[in-house]
Amino acid sequence: MSNVIGTANATVDPRVQAIGVEESGGNPANDSRPVGETPGRVKDTIVKAILWVVLVAFAFGFLYPFLWLISASFKPRGEVFDNRIIPNTFNPQNYAEAWDKLPLLSWMGNSILIAVLAATLVTLSSSIVAFGFAYFKFPFRNQLFGLILATMMLPGAVTLIPTYLIWNNLHLVGTTVPLWGANLFGSAFYIFLQRQFFLGLPRELFEAARMDGASYWGLFWRIAAPLSIPSFIIVFIFEFQASWNNLQAPLIYLNFGSIENFTVPLGISYAMTAYSPGNGGQGDYQWVMVAAVIVTLPMLILFAFGQRYFIEGIATQGRKG
Amino acid sequence: MTAVASKSEAAAPVPTTPAPRQVHKRKFNRREAVAGYLFIAPWIVGFLVFTLGAMIYSLVISFSRFNLAQNTATPVGFDNYNQLFEDPKVMMSLGNTLFFAILAVPLEIMFALFLAMLLNRVGRGAGIFRTLYYLPKMTPSVAAASVFLLLLNGNYGAINRGLALIGIQGPQWLTDPAWVKPSIVIMTLWGVSGTMIIFLAALKNVPRDLYEVASLDGAGKVRQFWNITVPMISGTIFFNVLVLTIAALQVFDQAFLLFWRNQTNASPEASLFYAVYLFQQAFRSFNFGFAAAMAWLIFVIIMIITFIQVKFGNRFVYYEGDKD
Repeated sequence: MSNVIGTANATVDPRVQAIGVEESGGNPANDSRPVGETPGRVKDTIVKAILWVVLVAFAFGFLYPFLWLISASFKPRGEVFDNRIIPNTFNPQNYAEAWDKLPLLSWMGNSILIAVLAATLVTLSSSIVAFGFAYFKFPFRNQLFGLILATMMLPGAVTLIPTYLIWNNLHLVGTTVPLWGANLFGSAFYIFLQRQFFLGLPRELFEAARMDGASYWGLFWRIAAPLSIPSFIIVFIFEFQASWNNLQAPLIYLNFGSIENFTVPLGISYAMTAYSPGNGGQGDYQWVMVAAVIVTLPMLILFAFGQRYFIEGIATQGRKG
Repeated sequence: MTAVASKSEAAAPVPTTPAPRQVHKRKFNRREAVAGYLFIAPWIVGFLVFTLGAMIYSLVISFSRFNLAQNTATPVGFDNYNQLFEDPKVMMSLGNTLFFAILAVPLEIMFALFLAMLLNRVGRGAGIFRTLYYLPKMTPSVAAASVFLLLLNGNYGAINRGLALIGIQGPQWLTDPAWVKPSIVIMTLWGVSGTMIIFLAALKNVPRDLYEVASLDGAGKVRQFWNITVPMISGTIFFNVLVLTIAALQVFDQAFLLFWRNQTNASPEASLFYAVYLFQQAFRSFNFGFAAAMAWLIFVIIMIITFIQVKFGNRFVYYEGDKD
C-alpha cells in the first residue's frame, strides 16, 4: 500500500517493482517500466508538494527571527516592537546613531583580533600535535590519544576557576590573552579532526620525502600541511566562530573598566540592559538591534563562503561517536 | 607494515576491525619517538597546566576558602561540600537544569531527526533548505537572545501574536516560572541544525535497498522507520543524546542573557540554572571555594548520567558486524 510512496526511489529493478505492485492490490497497466504508473506518479507529486510546503514553512520559521531582527534595526524607537516585517517608517540613521552611542568599532576590533589569534593559534598547534599522533610511533601513543578524547568530555566548569587564577597570577585578567592564550596548546576536537585528515594521506609520500632527506618538521610543514588546507580551513572557521560568539569568557575576563575593551557579544549584553525599556534603560532598543545585525553578519558571510567546511566538520563530529 | 596499519585506520573512521595488537611489542625507533613527543609537546604542556593541573588546583580550592585579594587558600575541610546541601539554591538550580535537560534533549533529538528525514526525502533542492536551516547555528547567542527576548514577550511578542491568530492565548514566557524552561527550549530548538546535519549524514549511509526489501514485504513507512531507520542510525542517535545532554546540563548563555544580565528578573527561582549560579558564585561573589565544589558536583553528576547512558545505550545501539 504505502510502498507506492517509496517507488520514486525504487525504480531500479522492474522485477522488484512488479512484485510490489501485485502486493499493493494491482495496477494492470504496470507490468514493465515506470512509464505506465500514472496513479503512483500523481501520488508522488502530491507527496513531493506537501514535502516542499513543510520545508518552506520550516524555512520561514528558522528565518523569521533574522527578518525580525533586520527589520527592527531599521525602525524608529517607537515602532521597534511592532512585529512588522516591513518597517512602517524606514529609519536607516539608526546605524549612524548606534555607531555614535556604542563603541562598535572598538568592540569589533577586539572581537576580530581575538578571533583571528584564537583561530590561527589553535589551527597551527592542533595540526602540529595531530601530525605527531598521525605519523610517529612512540610509546603510549594510543593511551595519550585516548586521553585527548577523554578531555572532550570534561565539563568546562571544573577548570573554570583555576584557569582564571592562572591568568590572574600572570596579571593578564583584563587583557585579551585569556581569550586566546590556551589555544597555543591545541584543542582536543581539532586534534582529533586533523589527525583523521593526516591519516588519509598516503604514507609513501612521506617515505619518499624522507629518502630525499626531508626533516621531520619538513614532512609536516612542506608535505602534510599544504595537502591539508581543507582541514585547516575547517578548524580555523570553527574556532573563529566559537571565539566570535563566546560570551562567558569575555564576561569573566573583560567585563570591567571601560566598555571600549568589550567584545561585540559582551557589548551587546551590556547594551541589552542599557537600552531595553522597563529595566531603567532608555528604551532605544533599535540600537541593540543594529549591534545584533553587526555581530551576526560576519558569521553569515563566513558561512556563505565556508558552508561545505562547516557541514563537513559537523558531520565529522558525528562520526567520532 | 606501519603504513598498512595507519591506512586501514584512515580509510574508515567508522568502526572497523581493531588495530593489530602487536604494535606495542615493536621496538620504537628512538629518533622517531623523540620527534613524535616533540610534535605533541604543546598538547602535553597544555594538558598538564590547563587540564590536569587545573583539575588538581580546582580540587584543592574546593576544600578551601579562597581569598582573591591575598591569593591565599585556607583549608576548610568539607565545609564547601556541606554547604552544597545547605544552600537551597544549589539544589534548586540543579533541579531546574535537570528538568531543562529532560525537556530539551528528547525534543531536540526528535525535531532534528524529523528535519533530517525531510531533507533526506527531498533529494534535489535539499541543499538550499539545509543552508537556511543552518543559519541559526551561525548566529551568536547574544544576537539570538536579543531577538527572542522580544519574540517571547508575553504581551506584544510575535510568538504570542502568532498563537493568538489561531485562537491560543500564549503564556507569559519570560515571567511565568512555569514557562521559563520552555522558552529556552524554543531557543535551543531554533538552533538544532547541528544535530540535524549529523543525522542527515547518518541517514545517507543507510542502504536504500533495505527499504526496498522491507516495502516488498509490505512494511509500512512507520514500521520501516522503527525497524530500519532507527536501528541503522542508533549509534548516531546515541551520540547525539550524549552530547546534547552534556550541553543541556551546562546551559549558560541563553539563561544568562534572557534573565540574569541585571538584577531585575521576574522569575529568579525558575530561571536559576546551575551554570549561572556557579558563575555568580565564582565571578560575582568570588566564592571560589564554594564554586569549585559546585563544579565538582556537576562533574560527578555528568559522569554518572553519561555512565548510565552508555550502559543503557550499549543495549540499544545496533552494531553492524562487530563492536568497536
